[in-house]
Amino acid sequence: MSPPVPSKILTDDVSLLMVLIDTNPHFWSSIKPHFSFSKFLSHVLAFLNSILLLNQLNQVVVIATGINACGYVFDSSSGSVSQRAESLLPKLEEFAENDESLSERDDDSGNGVGSSLLSGSLSMALCYIQRVFRSGPLHPQPRILCLHGSPDGPGQYVAIMNSIFSAQRSMVPIDSCVVGIQHSAFLQQASYITGGVYLKPQQLDGLFQYLATVFATDLHSRNFLRLPKPVGVDFRASCFCHKNTIDMGFICSVCLSIFCKHQKKCSTCGSTFGQAKTHDPSASQQR
Amino acid sequence: MADKQQQVVVKRARHKSSVKDPGTPGVLKLTKDRFTFMPNDPSSPVKHNVEFRTIKGHKFTKDGTKQALLNLTQDQGGNYIFEFENFPDRNVCKDFVASAIALSGEAGRTVPEKPAVPIQDEQLSAAEMERRIKLLQEDSDLQKLHKQFVIGGILSEAEFWATRKKLLEQNYSRRPKQRVALKNDMWSTKPLADGQSNRVTFNLTPEIILQIFAEKPAVRQAYLNFVPNKMTEKEFWTKYSRAEYLHSTKNVIAAAAEAAEDEELAVFLKQDDMLVNEARKKIRQVDPTLDMEADEGDDYMHLPDHGLPRNDNKDVLDSQYEPYRRSFSQHLNQHAAVVLQGRVIDVELGDTRSVAEALARTKHAELAKDASDVYLDKERLERISRMTEIEDLQAPRDPAVAPLSIKDPRDYFDSQQANAFSTLGDTVSGAKQLKCSVSTREAYCSLKECISEIKFQGLTEPTINSEVAFKVLNGLAQNISSNKYHLGRNPNESVLDSLPKITREELLLHWSSIQELLKHFWSSYPITTKYLLTKATKLKDAMSQIYPKLQEIKESVQSDLRHQVSLLVQPMLQALDAAFAHYDADVQNRLARSGERPNGF
Repeated sequence: MSPPVPSKILTDDVSLLMVLIDTNPHFWSSIKPHFSFSKFLSHVLAFLNSILLLNQLNQVVVIATGINACGYVFDSSSGSVSQRAESLLPKLEEFAENDESLSERDDDSGNGVGSSLLSGSLSMALCYIQRVFRSGPLHPQPRILCLHGSPDGPGQYVAIMNSIFSAQRSMVPIDSCVVGIQHSAFLQQASYITGGVYLKPQQLDGLFQYLATVFATDLHSRNFLRLPKPVGVDFRASCFCHKNTIDMGFICSVCLSIFCKHQKKCSTCGSTFGQAKTHDPSASQQR
Repeated sequence: MADKQQQVVVKRARHKSSVKDPGTPGVLKLTKDRFTFMPNDPSSPVKHNVEFRTIKGHKFTKDGTKQALLNLTQDQGGNYIFEFENFPDRNVCKDFVASAIALSGEAGRTVPEKPAVPIQDEQLSAAEMERRIKLLQEDSDLQKLHKQFVIGGILSEAEFWATRKKLLEQNYSRRPKQRVALKNDMWSTKPLADGQSNRVTFNLTPEIILQIFAEKPAVRQAYLNFVPNKMTEKEFWTKYSRAEYLHSTKNVIAAAAEAAEDEELAVFLKQDDMLVNEARKKIRQVDPTLDMEADEGDDYMHLPDHGLPRNDNKDVLDSQYEPYRRSFSQHLNQHAAVVLQGRVIDVELGDTRSVAEALARTKHAELAKDASDVYLDKERLERISRMTEIEDLQAPRDPAVAPLSIKDPRDYFDSQQANAFSTLGDTVSGAKQLKCSVSTREAYCSLKECISEIKFQGLTEPTINSEVAFKVLNGLAQNISSNKYHLGRNPNESVLDSLPKITREELLLHWSSIQELLKHFWSSYPITTKYLLTKATKLKDAMSQIYPKLQEIKESVQSDLRHQVSLLVQPMLQALDAAFAHYDADVQNRLARSGERPNGF
């Protein structure tokens, strides 16, 4: 890495685009009849090339999100000249092989698609952005674009929310384009919290058009455009015990789990609650 | 003779238009709230019937002067002069008038909403008035309301402010009385000596005395002991000044000699024992690991012949003079401590004794707080052990923090997912699990196939079908324009922002005025007096004037905003409707009751 350069070139139309590509093989094989991974790739590669053509200083980094691993597969600034995005293909192949070798389950067909490691790739993207911020002559406007299809992995909740909040803190918008069948609650929240755009294309074969129309413009130009706006996220919570949406309930003061009735013990973190109105520090509070 | 307790006072008197005027003879009758003057000659035009409320003050001549006069001054500047036959008569009237004026003034202020007597202009102190004006100036919305209702005659000034008592009080209390700190300059005894005589003058003000008491507890104690039993205050301060003068001459030997002769003077000249005690206590509170004696060695200023050159050799004085020495740094430190502590007592400065006593009291309280030496020692030991411990060898003192063990974060996700999807209009069936029909190996194979396929074939040409692209663009455009109607669901933007500025302001104004009116309307229920009834009626009329205006606003806006506006206006209309309904029901009740009565009899 080059040592930090005191004066950074501050431009408002140079983008650092972090693209997270979902490479969950189960997901792609499940929707192959509608939209194959190769089709997806050809749309995305064309999009990435057009981003690189928009501004000479634009930088694109692609991170593959597998089910067992995540990895950088493309960095437009790594070569001597800006490379075309097609050069990511061999790396992607390598990554897929690696991802497969890490997989432990041999044959578990019919077990559902499973989720890919979105939290990992988000963290990698944020780390990369931090590294760029702290080194190099450019101070680009970074943004993260998640091209995601797999269903959300509830087990990654804490990690993903942490990444979202750290993206919010470093003012990096997370755009999301959901190519799967279901909406993604994670990405919806991520875009909402970080001020990015959440989009679920209706016509997958027109993916390039969606990408070029909605996600190609740099952050500065976004101020002048009317992009699809989030409909708003319903932040009402439902209780952990019955999954009912509640307006008022009990919250574990340790882990913020929500319950509709007073519990003796938190089912999430195991803290024991005192009687209501005692001064036990772990006593639940009514909100 | 009339008695003071009497409710009515009748006296013979002459009304005079001026002091020189011979006056009209007649009878002056004073009642609780008014006075009347009837001339003896019924044809005389000089008749008066004046309420005390309009009387601002009264003046009178001294007993035993030429005329027994009483002069009542009116608000508007007019006055009434009455001459009585004798002074006792005049005095009875004077006392009665004084209490009557006070009473009417009070009544005007404390019970402004006295039923049946709608008081037009309240008796307000200038400060009160100023406060209200200031509030109005600061808050343009309040000013608008004030203009609309008070000047518009719907509410009286008193009613308007009655609901805002809190605002007034708050404003009042927001300016706490600022305490003046002690003066920062030391009272350096600059004796004013005139060259000829040997007299030296000191200037002592109450402020300086306070400072002396605060800085020198011994002087304070001496004052409490000596004055006024042993000596007068003047003697005391003379003695004190003499001591100060001796100090200022820096002649230690002379000071010692004087002290030997006069034991009271010695109190001032010797070192302050109380201060020394206090200093000792303070030193105990210093970080116990700090060795002050050891540090002293580092400070070369303490040792002779190091640091600054010293030219006076008085250091080698006998130890008997030691108590009479006073170093400037001690004085400076004590002064600084007192100034930093600030003004701890809240006593009028004029009375020297009370100042001294108050200071002594606060000191006592302080001392009592840390009197328990045993406790102090224990704390000291504890602190030593805390400061000197080697951290690595100590077990963690606080209860160890239990690590957060979230067994399953799935619940967090689930608790939000349901709502998130319903927002997006996803049906449950849409969220069904995708069935994966292939094994992991097959899945990876097909993935890799896809990659190699594109690797060899290159990107599809053309990337996108033009028809599809058109469809996508159309869909996006529609989606974006339809999002306009989802306004209000996004908490970041308000519906008000999308309205034209005039409409918005009008809406806000109406909203605040309706709130004001409703507040007064509901507070006037239950209606117990006629006054409240008229008030409620007046308020109801005012509200019914706003009602059609709201309808107008609803109709004036463009069609695409009309729904939003009507959503906004709806609660206002509902609130008004409720008020009207209540009013009507109340009127019905009233009529029924008044109708019942004749039937009942």
